Amino acid sequence: MLAHPARAVGAIVTRELRRYLSQRARFLAALVRPLIWLLVFAAGFRAALGLSIIAPYQTYITYETYILPGLCGMILLFSGMQSSLSLVHDRESGAMRLLLTAPLPRWFLLGAKLLAGAVVGLVQVAAFLLIAALYGIKLTWIGVISALPALILCALMLCALGLLLSARVRQLENFAGVMNFVIFPMFFLSTALYPLWKMQESSEFLAWLCRVNPFTHAVELIRFALYGQLNLPALGWTVLALIVFFGLAVWGYEPARSRVSR
Amino acid sequence: MIRTLLLCTALSLPAAADEIWVTNEMDDTVSVIDVTTLEVKATYPTGERPRGVTFSRDFKRLYICASDSDAVQVMDPDTGDILHELPSGEDPEQFVIAPDDRLLYIANEDDAITTVVDTETRKVVAQIDVGVEPEGMGISPDGTLQVTTSETTNMAHWIDTTTHKIVANSLVDSRPRHAEFSPDGQVLWVSSEIGGTVTVFDVETKAEVGKIRFEIPNIRAEKLQPVGMKFSPDATKVFVALGPANHIAVVDAQSYAVERYILVGRRVWHMAISPDQTKLFTTNGVSGDVTVIDLATLEPIKSIKVGRFPWGAAARPTP
Repeated sequence: MLAHPARAVGAIVTRELRRYLSQRARFLAALVRPLIWLLVFAAGFRAALGLSIIAPYQTYITYETYILPGLCGMILLFSGMQSSLSLVHDRESGAMRLLLTAPLPRWFLLGAKLLAGAVVGLVQVAAFLLIAALYGIKLTWIGVISALPALILCALMLCALGLLLSARVRQLENFAGVMNFVIFPMFFLSTALYPLWKMQESSEFLAWLCRVNPFTHAVELIRFALYGQLNLPALGWTVLALIVFFGLAVWGYEPARSRVSR
Repeated sequence: MIRTLLLCTALSLPAAADEIWVTNEMDDTVSVIDVTTLEVKATYPTGERPRGVTFSRDFKRLYICASDSDAVQVMDPDTGDILHELPSGEDPEQFVIAPDDRLLYIANEDDAITTVVDTETRKVVAQIDVGVEPEGMGISPDGTLQVTTSETTNMAHWIDTTTHKIVANSLVDSRPRHAEFSPDGQVLWVSSEIGGTVTVFDVETKAEVGKIRFEIPNIRAEKLQPVGMKFSPDATKVFVALGPANHIAVVDAQSYAVERYILVGRRVWHMAISPDQTKLFTTNGVSGDVTVIDLATLEPIKSIKVGRFPWGAAARPTP
């Protein structure tokens, strides 16, 4: 009874992973981006004297330590967008039509796509965390293990956002522009690079944008989880964003709607 | 998580715990930190501008340099009451208590004098002329030599404690702030704040045997201002507080190589080691807190808010 759906999920995830791993350049690019932030940007940026103490930190931290969760989020954000890029590609090549005609509910197939994208993102985060630990960023096993569910949830939420975008955007060419409009504001208007109080100091409005940005909550969820703590509001907002994005994506992929917009 | 909670519950019982006492220079108070909960459990008022702080060997009295009150205050650490004051000369900044638990050697910053006070008779035993702006105070473990460093003269003055006369002077780099004998009494470490160095002397010959320099990427050299120093419990390492560089340097006591730098709060001055010898507490003046460093991993684990401009620190085992 369950064998068919399980096989379907397995196939979709394996396909996505295979595709990812066969593109070695993509794997490297995904790692180089956050590593440049960590090793170059953070190293030169007030790194040595420490940031003032904010939860969940108990003492002064280097800037490298501060941006680590944000960079994990960045990897998941890019990976989520990239998986939606592959969805657009699938649609153009006809693979998507083949997939969606499978005798399984549409939301289930899209959910499997979501899971596939999340797995790919998590592989990249794992590689990144390994390099960060070797570089000398203090990570504990307990922290990494407790961060895993947070990372999974954030990966799903950001892939759902990608799925939603792919439902709306038809052509590959347009997608690059959409990515810039989504990735950059989401990343810079969040707590990934600066704590919220720092934003607040410069502008209340910017701080407000940071607060409503689901990416901020994803980053904070990961940040607290890395110290074995649960940030309940961040969890709530991330789950809500996941539900909303995924719901809209399923709605956007409805065959009736597809026909109309075509 | 559950373990921490259980631990906290167990500790919230009124059971006495080891303490770290910290003087708050701008608040005119001392803060008492519970070593197990890592929280401030009491704050007591003191005279004006408390800086140097130390316990008597039996931990029944706390001596506080109340610099702007021109007095050394004696506090009962069980009640926080000031029992009496000792004559100290003007502007006492730092002091050191002799191993016999009786004589207190006090640096009088404004008068270029080291004052020796008998804590029992409460009388000045001797006043020794030293260089300008004396501050760093160290005493050899056997109590035969006391060293006063003078900030402006840039010297370490070696004082014979039987005659109370200077027996030797050693030049060091600019603005020496602290002097610390190794626990075996073989070497003396002197930190120079402006010079940015620590000079190590052989006690027997009084000759310089080593000089330590510091370097942290991204921090300007003039910010590396060594002040307080503390030997690790096993005497294999020396912790050096680097002032506005916001770091503690961990120096190998044999090779004088800097092993690592530990990030703490802003403008770190002095340190105390918990009586169970597992944690190091640093006073961070500008950020107004005390950073706790785990001595096993050499990682900072927590920073505790205390009063404004914490300066000196002293440890007291469970009463």
